[in-house]
Amino acid sequence: MTVAIDSREADAHKGPGRGETRATEAHRAIEAVWRIESARLIGGLARIVGDLATAEELAQDALVAALEQWPTSGVPERPGAWLMGTAKHHAVDLTRRRQTLERKYDEIGHEAERSREIGEPDAAIDEDVGDDILGLIFMACHPILPMDARVALTLRVLGGLTTEEIARAFLVPVSTIAQRIVRAKRTLKEMHVRFEVPGGIERVARLASVLEVIYLIFNEGYSATSGEDWVRPALCEEALRLGRILAELAPTEPEVHGLVALMEIQASRLRARAGPSGEPVVLLDQDRARWDRLLIRRGLAALARAESQAGAIGPYVLQAAIAACHARATSAEETDWPRMVALYDALAQIVSSPVVELNRAVAVGMAFGPVSGLELVDALLQEPTLKAYHLLPAVRGDLLRKLGRFEEARAEFERAASLTGNRVERKLLLGRAAECAAEGMAAPDPLTR
Amino acid sequence: MRVLVLAKEDHQGRAATPPTPEELAEFQAFNEELIKAGVVLGDGRLYPSSQGKRLRFDGKKRTVIDGPFAETKELVAGYWLWQVRSIDEALEWLKRSPFDAGTYEIRQIVETEGM
Repeated sequence: MTVAIDSREADAHKGPGRGETRATEAHRAIEAVWRIESARLIGGLARIVGDLATAEELAQDALVAALEQWPTSGVPERPGAWLMGTAKHHAVDLTRRRQTLERKYDEIGHEAERSREIGEPDAAIDEDVGDDILGLIFMACHPILPMDARVALTLRVLGGLTTEEIARAFLVPVSTIAQRIVRAKRTLKEMHVRFEVPGGIERVARLASVLEVIYLIFNEGYSATSGEDWVRPALCEEALRLGRILAELAPTEPEVHGLVALMEIQASRLRARAGPSGEPVVLLDQDRARWDRLLIRRGLAALARAESQAGAIGPYVLQAAIAACHARATSAEETDWPRMVALYDALAQIVSSPVVELNRAVAVGMAFGPVSGLELVDALLQEPTLKAYHLLPAVRGDLLRKLGRFEEARAEFERAASLTGNRVERKLLLGRAAECAAEGMAAPDPLTR
Repeated sequence: MRVLVLAKEDHQGRAATPPTPEELAEFQAFNEELIKAGVVLGDGRLYPSSQGKRLRFDGKKRTVIDGPFAETKELVAGYWLWQVRSIDEALEWLKRSPFDAGTYEIRQIVETEGM
């Protein structure tokens, strides 16, 4: 029998992991509490002290105190309140210690800024002001920070991940991530970035940055741009969790629900995206029976929620609608391709990007035949931003193959293989090239068939 | 990881006492907190076992057993599907629930293929 380390456990017969020492068990409980409480804790403290670096330092101090005390005292009844109380206690000490002249000048500067902004109505009437987690998200995803710093900081202060865990997820040295986080916190402090939930016009831009950070985390897990693995699902799960939290905190923002819908539906295909030996399987070749129905259902519900909100349809809602089109179809052939083309048309109008054009060309090829698709793809061949984009020759190869132009298709697949950074994907593309070569031998002259 | 949290009731053969409005409000507040934390993927409550059926397999033979299943000590009365990072996180959440009776079981869901 293990000893109850939790004051809430009167009689623990079998704790998790029998035979563990009391201290190890306490550490595991603390880890779980940290995962649940850290964002609220850091957010609450950041609101009080106004600066993320100090807030995180105080939260870490409280964590250290818990690690020292809980193994003997047991996990308190309300662990979150305990951590916050301890941190606030430290905050008072810290403020007393830091009563230097420099600090005071700092305060005066802050006050001057604040009084200047009191007249702005948007900031005053925003109903979300005071929401600690939302404020923390906006701070960690602040546009003055470089994108990789926003990502690391978000995973650290909102996901409760350690620097080591983030480094492992992104396959970079621990010191790189540590440095990014330290620099980001310093920048926020030096630039006097306030802890706030922005309103009005500023909110639109700031929210766009938040969504971009979350989707970047998701995509890094969904189609690993580097390394050996095709997917890293842990990052997808973190991004989904952040998205789901944000959807509850900002329920009237259609784009937030759009992003959640997009991620839920894309994640529903995770199981089907890798074949038996880990090779990638593209969407139209996937075994749809392996798609996760629960995530599809959640995604469609999030999309409905997005569409029920007032406001213009944004790029995430449109991308989610496209993903939903695939999700609703029981087979690739039954996909509503004309609707897909219409959705890509709408998306191309908002985000005019060559990658969107390329996807649109795929949809057109499916809806109206490979000749129409190829025409659009060929128009993209001179596009400078797609010069090194492996999916351009890959898509072109697919269309040429459908037209029986096997030799050209083979060359395109080989080109695509030479452009991708992912080892597994390269293998898949070279396999396609070999298939085309074989098909070309079998039918040397497509015109006579 | 995904876990299934099974709510078990001791005497499901009898009609369960419906929760008081206070208990219900407390539970809803807790469930709301879980949703806001991005933990809940799905949930459901079950009708009493008196309305349930069991099917027993023995070779080619199939035997239908009507509820209530009085011989079973703990019967599942409801479930939650949670997305958590560890069993410990699930345990920590469950400890915060307002329940004052019953047994709740946490089981990890197998996610092997591609996960």
